[in-house]
Parts: sequence; C-alpha cells; structure tokens
Amino acid sequence: MKASHALWKERLKGQIPEQLGAEVDQFETEIGLRQQNKIEDKVFAETRLRRGAYGQRYDNGQRYDGKESRRLPFADRPTKGPGTMWDAPGMLRIKVPFGGLNPQQLEVMAELAEEYSDGIAHVTTRQDFQLHFIHIENGPSLMRRLAAVGITTREACGNAVRNVTACPYAGVCSDEAFDVSPYAHALAWFLMGHPDTMEFGRKFKPAFSGCGQNACGLTQMHDIGYVAAVREENGKLVRGFKIVVGGGLGPVPRQARTLTEFAPVEEMLPLTQAVCRVFGKHGEKKNRNAARIKFLVDKWGIEKFREEVFAVRQELRPDPRWTEMLKDAEKMAEGPLKPAGAFPAINGDEKLRAWIKGNVKDQRQAGYVTAAVTLPLGDITADQLRSLADIVAKYTRGTIRTTVEQNFLIRWVSKSDVAALHADLAAVDLASPGASSVVDVTACPGTDTCKLGISSSRGLGGELRNRLHQKSYQLDEAIKSLHIKVSGCFNSCGCHHVADIGFYGVSRTVNGYKVPHFQIVLGGQWDNNAGSYGLPIIAVPSKRAPDAVDIITEYYVKNRLKDEKFYAFVKRVGKGPIRDLLEPLNQNLPTYDKEPGLYSDWGDPRLYSIGDIGIGECAGEVVTRYQFEIGSAERLVFEAGLHLDAGNAQLGGETAYRAFLQAAKGIVQVQYDDVSNDPDEIIAEFKERFFDTQLFFDPFVGPKFANFLFAAHAGRGEKFDADTAHHRIAEAQLFIEAVHNCYNKLRSTPAPPAAK
Amino acid sequence: MELQHFVAKLHVDGALGLDPAKVVDVFHQWVANQTVPGVVLIDVAELLHVPNGPGVVAVGVEADYALDHTDGIWGVLSRRKNILAGSNADRVSEALASAARVSLRLQEAFPALKLSHTSFELIINDRAVAPNTAATYAVAAPAIEAALRDILGHGDFKLMRHDAEPRKRFGVTVTTVKPFELAAMAAR
Ligand code: SF4
Repeated sequence: MKASHALWKERLKGQIPEQLGAEVDQFETEIGLRQQNKIEDKVFAETRLRRGAYGQRYDNGQRYDGKESRRLPFADRPTKGPGTMWDAPGMLRIKVPFGGLNPQQLEVMAELAEEYSDGIAHVTTRQDFQLHFIHIENGPSLMRRLAAVGITTREACGNAVRNVTACPYAGVCSDEAFDVSPYAHALAWFLMGHPDTMEFGRKFKPAFSGCGQNACGLTQMHDIGYVAAVREENGKLVRGFKIVVGGGLGPVPRQARTLTEFAPVEEMLPLTQAVCRVFGKHGEKKNRNAARIKFLVDKWGIEKFREEVFAVRQELRPDPRWTEMLKDAEKMAEGPLKPAGAFPAINGDEKLRAWIKGNVKDQRQAGYVTAAVTLPLGDITADQLRSLADIVAKYTRGTIRTTVEQNFLIRWVSKSDVAALHADLAAVDLASPGASSVVDVTACPGTDTCKLGISSSRGLGGELRNRLHQKSYQLDEAIKSLHIKVSGCFNSCGCHHVADIGFYGVSRTVNGYKVPHFQIVLGGQWDNNAGSYGLPIIAVPSKRAPDAVDIITEYYVKNRLKDEKFYAFVKRVGKGPIRDLLEPLNQNLPTYDKEPGLYSDWGDPRLYSIGDIGIGECAGEVVTRYQFEIGSAERLVFEAGLHLDAGNAQLGGETAYRAFLQAAKGIVQVQYDDVSNDPDEIIAEFKERFFDTQLFFDPFVGPKFANFLFAAHAGRGEKFDADTAHHRIAEAQLFIEAVHNCYNKLRSTPAPPAAK
Repeated sequence: MELQHFVAKLHVDGALGLDPAKVVDVFHQWVANQTVPGVVLIDVAELLHVPNGPGVVAVGVEADYALDHTDGIWGVLSRRKNILAGSNADRVSEALASAARVSLRLQEAFPALKLSHTSFELIINDRAVAPNTAATYAVAAPAIEAALRDILGHGDFKLMRHDAEPRKRFGVTVTTVKPFELAAMAAR
C-alpha cells in the first residue's frame, strides 16, 4: 500500500460527493474484513468487481515461462476471490459516461497512471479508462481521488450497468436528430446503484446514438440502445428515442431488436427502469452463459418482452427524477471558447494537410471542427495526458471525449486554431494522422493483461499498425477507410464482429506444438450503428495474420467495383475465394527448429502456451484422423456461412449442425475409434466421455459449448431464418474451437529445446 | 516528512545501442527465474509503441524495473512500490542500489548498453507524501546528499530540481563531477 493512503483520505474529506465517499469507505472496510478472513472470498470478489477492480492475468499465481508453468512466489495471504492472489495486481476500470471528460479529470488520470500503474492510461472500446497493475489496497485512494473530480469506478465491472456510451460527435454532428449527451449522462447516474439493477445475472451495456445511419453509437450491438429521433405531434416537434434491446457481441452475437419505435424523452428513464426490472426478475441467474438480456429476448421473443416491459412500466411508482434529471442534464450543453473561424493556409505543410484530412471534421456549427487525437492501441502516457489537459483548456471550454475507437475527440475547435492545435499536439506526439482509418487498429487487452486472452491482440494490433503506417502513403484510398479490430478471444471486447477485417484469438496444434492463431472475421459492418456481424472464414497463425491483411486488401483493390464498400464487396464475391487465397498461409508450416518465431506470439518471445493445460502428457503423436475430422468440420461451418450469404438460411443452419456432429465425432474418436456416423451415437458417446467427465468443460464458461451441441442436436430438423442460422453457425464455430482446446488438453506441448 | 516510493533512473550514455524490444525476452527470463531478491516479479509490459513512454517494464509486487524512455531519455529505472523502513537517506540509497544492480544485470545481457557514470534522476512517486514544492526539496535534498556522500565517497555533485510545475512529481537530477562506479552503487 502507498504511504499516502491516510493522507488522501484526510485531504479529500468534504471534496467527495457523499454517496461516492460512503461507497469508497465501505470498500475500504471490506478490504480490511477480507484481510482478516471475515468475509467470504466469493462475496469479496463480487464486491470488488462492482467497484471496477478486476482481475488480471497470472493472478491465480501460475505463470507459464516458455518451458513450464510455475508458481509465482506470492505471499500466503487471503485471496481476493476464488483462486485470486491478494498481492497479484489487477486492473481498475474507470467509468466515463458518454466519454465526456474535462482537463482536471485528465490530470487526475495522469497522476494515478504515474503513481499506481505503469505510467500508462488506457482508453477502452467502451470509452472507459483502464489502469493496470493496481494493488487492491491502493484501490480506495484511487477511488477517492477520482471521486473528488466527479468520476466513479462503481459498477464498471460485475453484473451491473456498465459505462453508458454515446457517439462522440453528439452535439456537433450534422446528421443527428439532437444532442444525446445529456440523456446519456442522466441515464448513467439514474441507473447507478438503482434497486432495479441489483438483481442482474450478467452485465448490461447501454449506448446512445444521435442518428440511425452512422456507426458512432453502435446501438445495434448493445443490451439497450437509444437512437435519437424527432417527431411532429400536434404541430409540435417532440424529442424521443427509438429503443432497441438484446443486442450484443461476445461469443454469440445478436443484433438488437426494436422495443419501441419512439418513446418521448420523458419516457426514457421509466422505460429503461422497466426493462431493468424485467431483466432482473426474469433473466437467467444460474447459467452465466445464458444470462445476458439477449437470451431472455430470444427465449420470449421481442413481442412478449415488449408486452412485459410496458406492463411493468405502468406499475412503476412515479419517480420525480425521471424528469428532474433530464432538466439538470439538458443544462450541460457544450459551446465554443473562441469565435468561429476559417481554415488556415497550409503552405505546403504535408503533415498538417494529412492530419486535417484524416482527423479533422466540420461540425454542424459553421466555423468549428472536431479533431481526433489518435492513441496507439488506446495508450497514453501521464505526461501526454497533462499536456492534453492544457490543450483542451487552451482551445475549448474544457471538454473532450473518449471514443470507442480508443481515441480522444476534441470538439468546438475554431477553424482558425487548427494549425496551432496541430502544432501543440505534435509537440507531445499526439498528432498522428489516420483517425478511424485502417492504421487506427483497435485491440482489446488480450494476453497482455486479460485472464481470458488466447492470442496477443495488442501484439498483432501494434504490428499491423506499424506496417500499415509505414506504407500508408502508398495505400489505395479504398484500403485506407477499412476498419481493423482485434480481440484476444471470442469474447469480442475488440469488437471484431463489426470490423471490415476482424480477428479473434484461437490456438491450434501444429507439428505437435500449440501455435497462436487468429480467426479472420469478414462481413461485419461498422456503418448503420454496427448493422451486421461478420463470420469467421479461416484461422491463420498469428505471425501470418499481417500477410492475410495484405492478401485480402490487394484482392479487394484489384476486384472491387467502383466505389464498392468492403462489406458489399465481400458479400458480392463471397467468402470462398478469399478463403482460398488465404489457405496457403496454413500450408507447410515450418517446424519449430526451422522457424521458432512462429511458435511464439507477437511481442512475447516465450514459447506459446494457453496456460497450464496439457502439461506432463505425451505429444507429437500422429493425429491424422482427428485432423481430418476437425478439418471437415471447419469446412462445413465455412460452407454454412456461404449458404447463408447466398440467401439459403435453411441450408446454412443445417450445414452448421453437420459441422457440430463432425467436430464432436472428431473428438470422440480420439478415445473411441469405432464411433459411427449415427448422430445419436455421436452425441451419446460425446456426452458420456466428454460431458459427464467434464473433460470438455471450458475453464471459464464450463459446459457452454457442449450445450450448444446438445441444443443443435435437439433442434435438428428445425426451420431456420437468417437470424437463427447465423446463431447456429456462430455456435458451431465456437464448438469447433472448444474441440480444439479439448484436444490440446489431451495432448501436451512437447518440451522445448534447451534455452540458449 | 517521511519520504517513500523513490524512483531512480540511471541515464543511458549517448545512443541506446540496443533494440529495446530485445529487453522483453530478458525481463521474461527474470520473471521466470525470479531474479531480483526480495521482489516478486509478475509480468512484462512492452509499451514501446508509446512515444517517450515507460518503454519495457518488468512489473513486480514490491518494485518495478524498466528500460524507460520518459522525456525522450533512455535509462534504467527502478520504482519502489511498497513502504520501506529506515531513514529517508536509506531509501535513497536503496533506490539507487537497486537501479544499479538491475543495470549491471542488463549489461550482462547487453554489453552494448552504456550507462552514464555522471548523471541520474531521483523522483518521489507519491504526490501526497512529497508534493513538488520547495518544502519537499528542503527535506529531500539533505537526505539525498547524505545518501550520495555515502555512496560516492565525496560531496562533489550537484542536485538540480526538476520542473517546479506543481502537477508534476517531485524530482531531481544529480550530476557528479567525478564518474561513479555502478558496482559500488549496487553494493550499497
Ligand atoms: S476479447 Fe477476450 S482477450 Fe480480449 S479483453 Fe475480452 S475476454 Fe479478454
């Protein structure tokens, strides 16, 4: 613990809103109780998650060192949660509703990054901040310092309402119906700690968008989304929202469905409260893997869900805050510091020209622009944060936004200040061009810090960023506008489903070794508020993923029709030819001796591993039959996607079911050679050998993937529409990944050569 | 005023002379072998994509070590995270000794890594304990001087307080007239 712990508590007395202060005091007490073993570790884990204090890789005290999994010599103290070492540092997630920050808050973030973390503050894909390597006992000091500037970590993690995100252009965009920022602000504070949000079985993510057609709010991929709309009623213009529910990414993505086409703004809070009450009451509690609201909407259908929500809405006891909070919030509209202006002369300054082209956008208000500050992989140093605070104070009325693309957006910049702003940003290395372009790669934390990471998403993201930056001047304009997003696993925190080219981490066994791979996901759409989700087409070794980007983009440039967007291009040419082009990246992979680098991940020279599994078992056997079966399953799931793309949802869904069976048969025959092709026999053998024994259980999601198989088998012969076929295909893909993982578990990594 | 959480950064002499990304592998080996006595090393953070940033960090429970590039200056850094007993001067000595030990270990892996024998920085990584004020300097300077006289065996050095900007952490850069030996510093 820091020496200043008591000093901060004393110094900030009276400067922290009462409710937030009481929360921190309570957390501090709970830390003390847990240290004395007076509260259960499970209870403490949920408590700390609800305060934004999350676990980090290796906090179970185990770490693979490239040769073997070893125990880290942490002191023997009570745990922070089941299997979570007390002294293992963790991550603190800091909520930033709608990404809105002021200079003072940026400065505090800088101080905390410097004093408690590794000097870096990280902007996430949900407009939050994350600080890594935080010691649990320092948590209360950080929370107090944040609370003193109006920021909370409350409910940033855990089964709670997560950060309320919103389009960073809200209030200055020419496409929007109206500025959604005040409503996002009101919702965030209304729901925080609200009794109707206390019973959730899983997290709940809200998002706001100012319009339906652009990407910025991504409402379609949220548990609840609000799209601003204006209607004329009785000759008056009325503000309201289209509200959508049950969207989400994660392993099984869903597009949100419409709860109501229009609810006046005064109805936003009560209707949301009703949604929360319904979700809290009827959402799944025991099985975490089916507990998001999307599963309840699936189970009931949107009509029944809507009926229930509106019925509950009528029963709610009226709350004056439903309208008071809106009035307060509506007063917070931003405005300019300086008079409107005109763009300066560029005078051959190519850096300025490129930056204006990529990062600067006209506002709706004439004479003003927004300027994007691109951050490499969402990272910014403490010194840069302080400089940014000064810059924001110099050019604006002291407001800035974080974005879901892990950048900042400075708004209300007078056009006449653009060159000066660029110069100030450049002086602190914050003037990289190419915001929201192909070089602006988004990546989740992945294996760097996330406990669930399979491959190094930040490593790959960084590598792609470097390579694309180096050749950015030669890149075709069509390529420049692509979005690349990388997740370290199927959970999709990097939003790979909605990228033009998405990646998520998987592992494969090659030449007897585990090798980090990335599934390539095509067909996603960033536009239209994340209007459609992609599907995986092929997994390639992590170190070959940049080559895959080259192949895909070259093919696109050569074969696209005039002005054809990437999403439309993939739809037209189909995923088959692209997969064929990528197939050679998986062929004739060199052995470990010839190319050891292939067997480690980006930025991590250790021989790759997915943890401690497989240790001590023999490996390197001939596994031809398994590889054959699993290869067929992968082909089938790919074909299922092609059928769906071609408009044949029924065949897509049926083929996905065949892929399930093929993969199940593949793993069953590892133990039982004589398994037949009879679906019932495959399922029965799988159940007995892999389900009942829990051999197939995933360390984090338990029986989830096996249950996908059973559900597909139980539903054989069902009718598919595009939505249900898409889900079945996505589930089949995840089941195949789980088969790979199970197989890896059955086969150990061979001993690496002696260290040189 | 009890000063805690010292950061010591020994400056690189001239150009870095090595690919900083290569340090990642060495730090991983340190974690595997738990190379630093009294410090549980946990992980390696590679932050080279951030300009003038923390570089490559070996993250520990009690302390972190880094090949650091803050302010655009390369150096080998040690950052004390837990509370240490003893006097302020003792904690200055400990910070410098641990940075020197880590530097020597890095030089074993990278003989091309040349460190300055006449300059280094000390920062106190806690704004509440040591705000960046003249009052802190008045307490810190004698402790630093006492520690340095002991380590260097002479008083032939200068302290230069960093930027007086109150938002920054308190820090000084030390320059010595006579070159010092890393090994002697490490032995403290
Ligand atoms: S996508 Fe996976 S690896 Fe990335 S942050 Fe989410 S859970 Fe972790």
